Amino acid sequence: MKLSEVVHTLQAEVLCGEEWLDCEIDTICGADLMSDVLAFATGRTILLTGLTNIQVVRTAFLSDLVGIVFIRGKKPGADIIAMAAEKGIPLMATAYPMYEACGRLYFRQTQEPKRCGDQVERQSKNFARV
Amino acid sequence: MIKLKDNQKILLEFNLAGSAFDLAGEASSKIKRVLQQIGVATEVIRRIAISSYEAEMNVIIHACCGVMRAEIYPNRTEIQVEDQGPGIADIALAMQEGFSTAPDFVREMGFGAGMGLPNMVRCSDQFDIQSQIGKGTTVLMVINH
Repeated sequence: MKLSEVVHTLQAEVLCGEEWLDCEIDTICGADLMSDVLAFATGRTILLTGLTNIQVVRTAFLSDLVGIVFIRGKKPGADIIAMAAEKGIPLMATAYPMYEACGRLYFRQTQEPKRCGDQVERQSKNFARV
Repeated sequence: MIKLKDNQKILLEFNLAGSAFDLAGEASSKIKRVLQQIGVATEVIRRIAISSYEAEMNVIIHACCGVMRAEIYPNRTEIQVEDQGPGIADIALAMQEGFSTAPDFVREMGFGAGMGLPNMVRCSDQFDIQSQIGKGTTVLMVINH
């Protein structure tokens, strides 16, 4: 999934890093515990979090996250946005709460390709019957 | 990109102040930037950055002050963090995931979940910790490149 699809799925506002939206992501992590992020982040990961402090951006930088989405309409201060822009970390903000934001992204990432696969399978069965 | 020769090393040293939460992670960020400049593999940098960040946070959360030293060799990075703090009464217990003595306000910042020491062990190839009650704690980590 591309970062731009995350923005679209969550109807998110891009706070900085518009130029990185074409970037591909592998993993999505929803957490308010930064140590959990440090423990589990692998590959090209984005973080969904309700925390808006400076540690979120430092954690993202140090663990190579490719973006941060702030949930439930929260937005960090201008200094934190500036720091993320300087470190090349895109920041987004969505009105969805954590559960719904994760659910929407999970559906987008997993269910939709399977559903497409089902359709292909059904079509081929129909075709076989004919 | 700068390439380290076989007999070369880069020494970085940072003084850490307890409770300086606004600066927490700055020292580790500087170490990460140097590792990027000398072309260390991304996955290795991530392990070094995470282990040094967790160690740096521990000093800021628990101690009054400390020193973090990073020695970068062509084949490995050694991180040594020495603090003047309360010390750890039971190291085996502190190494368990989920065990923490951090105050609530630290948890509200997203830390103090009892993952710091386990994360350091997980990310490093060699890990050593020594602690004396009332004096402080020293952590040594070696990460092979």
